[in-house]
Amino acid sequence: MAENTPPKGLQDRLERNIWALLIMVAIVLSVGGLVEIVPLFYLKNTMEHNRYPEIVWSKVGQEPIVAVGEAGALKANWKPGDGMRPYTALELAGRDIYTREGCYTCHSQMIRPFRDEKERYGHYSLASESMFDHPFQWGSKRTGPDLARVGGKYSDEWQRAHLRRPQALVPESVMPAYPWLDKASPDPETMQAHMRGLRTIGVPYTDADIQAAPALLQGKTEMDAVVAYLQVLGTMVKLDESKVYRD
Amino acid sequence: METGLEQKYNFDVVRWFTVMAVVYLVVGAAVGVYIAAELAWPFLNFDIPYLTFGRLRPLHTNAVIFAFGGCALMATAFYTVQRTCGVRLWSDKLAWFVFWGWNLIIVSAVITLPLGLTEGKEYAELEWPIDILIAVVWLAFSFNFIMTLAIRKTSHIYVSNWFYLGMMVMITYLHVVNSLAIPVGLFKSYSLFSGTQDAMIQWWWGHNAVGFYLTAGFLGMMYYFVPKQANRPVYSYRLSVIHFWALMFGYVWLGAHHLQYTALPDWTGSLGAAVSIAMIIPSWGGAVNGMMTLSGAWDKLRTDYVLRFLIVALAFYAMSTFEGPVMSLKTVNALSHYTDWTVGHVHSGALGWVAGVAIGSIYHLMTRLWHTEMFSEKLVNFHFWTLTIGTVVYIVAMWVSGIMQGLMWRAFDEYGNLAYTFVETVDAMHPYYAMRTVGGGIFLFGAIIMLFNVLMTVSKSVSSGSLQKARLATA
Repeated sequence: MAENTPPKGLQDRLERNIWALLIMVAIVLSVGGLVEIVPLFYLKNTMEHNRYPEIVWSKVGQEPIVAVGEAGALKANWKPGDGMRPYTALELAGRDIYTREGCYTCHSQMIRPFRDEKERYGHYSLASESMFDHPFQWGSKRTGPDLARVGGKYSDEWQRAHLRRPQALVPESVMPAYPWLDKASPDPETMQAHMRGLRTIGVPYTDADIQAAPALLQGKTEMDAVVAYLQVLGTMVKLDESKVYRD
Repeated sequence: METGLEQKYNFDVVRWFTVMAVVYLVVGAAVGVYIAAELAWPFLNFDIPYLTFGRLRPLHTNAVIFAFGGCALMATAFYTVQRTCGVRLWSDKLAWFVFWGWNLIIVSAVITLPLGLTEGKEYAELEWPIDILIAVVWLAFSFNFIMTLAIRKTSHIYVSNWFYLGMMVMITYLHVVNSLAIPVGLFKSYSLFSGTQDAMIQWWWGHNAVGFYLTAGFLGMMYYFVPKQANRPVYSYRLSVIHFWALMFGYVWLGAHHLQYTALPDWTGSLGAAVSIAMIIPSWGGAVNGMMTLSGAWDKLRTDYVLRFLIVALAFYAMSTFEGPVMSLKTVNALSHYTDWTVGHVHSGALGWVAGVAIGSIYHLMTRLWHTEMFSEKLVNFHFWTLTIGTVVYIVAMWVSGIMQGLMWRAFDEYGNLAYTFVETVDAMHPYYAMRTVGGGIFLFGAIIMLFNVLMTVSKSVSSGSLQKARLATA
């Protein structure tokens, strides 16, 4: 390299030295991300359950969500409104299908604190409500309606019929039909592997939750799994209108 | 024309990247037009899993961003760095590894995404084995580029290369952090992060894929090809220094504006919005810098079709970098978020700016890489008009449908009830979805014309032996 004149100032120095430029660029580029992301992991007010612990199910990680008794009898330890908990094997299978089919490209799961959204979808979404969601599925586009609180709004039968042929129930709908969901079934061993994977990154599954997978998936199709997932959305936490969850 | 360039530089790898960029432009735009048509006429999903909107939309975004955009970036970065440094690429072998590796990634995407193998994060859908391959190929690309800068014959590093370098470093950060996941099967993994943190990291990635991959990288292209095509120096050196450092520092913060009014803490979204507004200044500084390069030579726009692409691309850049900050304002975002307005905004940037500047650069490269004139100048001009008209039709359709849908969602009737059901708003979108398909179709038609023109130019060069002659000529 021909360095005829001594460098004048920092910019000139950087333009003559690729390594100095590289280091400078690497430092400058890291600032914004560090400032915006790192605090979210330790600031207590990021997650509402730090202030309102009742948002999370009191027995999470200690008792199985659904206990499998003798002769395969299922007994639910958790009921809607008890608080946030991981998805059961069946719901998680449904969630896997939800991501597989790219539902997030048209449906959000994040209700904003506006009057029209409250009327249409319900209470605004809390950060704690997606605490076990790997990955998050807030979405960015509402070609279809928000699904954050769709659980319980329609019957299982409505959901099934709608997934099979949306236009049969909603003629103006532009949603694709998903008839193949009736023809496949989630595999219990695969779901157990998925649950174990989630446990290693912090989702509080008990051993019994993972062992319950074959019983919960017994005779279930992908359609059943998706419906189970949709029906649990927004039902875990009972939100109190008198509380201010977010500043 | 200069002789001896074919011996001095590695243009072979640039040629391959250039042609593949045009091929992927047609593929990516075709998938885009198809899924646009699905939203207007849902029967086109045909009850076939591999053709549904949800599976093809990630294929569309990956094809245009990584296949078309990636090949255009790699072609121009490898060309620019050689020409501005006066040396051959540091390693030919590594350059070919990047070419084959990148194309392997694209083929894997084309296979896995329609199969529903996805991580479920927008613009980062590809599953973990492909993510690892992306990291390896990207680092090889960056390393070869940086080493070429290290062995340069010129004293100073040209401004284009700063922008390419910034893109390489930032995309490495973004890709590595956002793709952190726990594999639970050969083609299944879960993001390491959950909920709010995952959302912030995803949009830090999402907006900076736009900010660095589709902006910084393409600005690197602009800073080389605009002055070259206009045959004039960059308007202002000082402005390019400000443009560069402000963009490097500022763009990184913008991701949070995608999460206004969500469960992300308010401070993060507001911070993202504040910096977004400030970003108008460097963005317009850059646009002005590019356009004013033509100062005193505006008449060239009348005769030089390639220059038309580059300058109109800068106009779209200026427009969408004004629109973006406006949309990040909380009051505007409350209306625009979740609607087609966002889609329109992305496409004014993607079709008008990114595709425009890349296509202009590719036309510039064609004549220099194949040592011949374009097969048809008229078709270049025709392509220019299809790109411009197609893009305008597209974004106008999305503005109308986006703002209309946002207003319909929040409308109340005289009794204080919601004025419209959700599906009424879907129904109201139909004409605009049809119009968007037409706009996209016009753009796609132009891209097909371009592919034809490019292939005919290559064949003309082969049959007349002009490339061979250039290879044999001595400096």
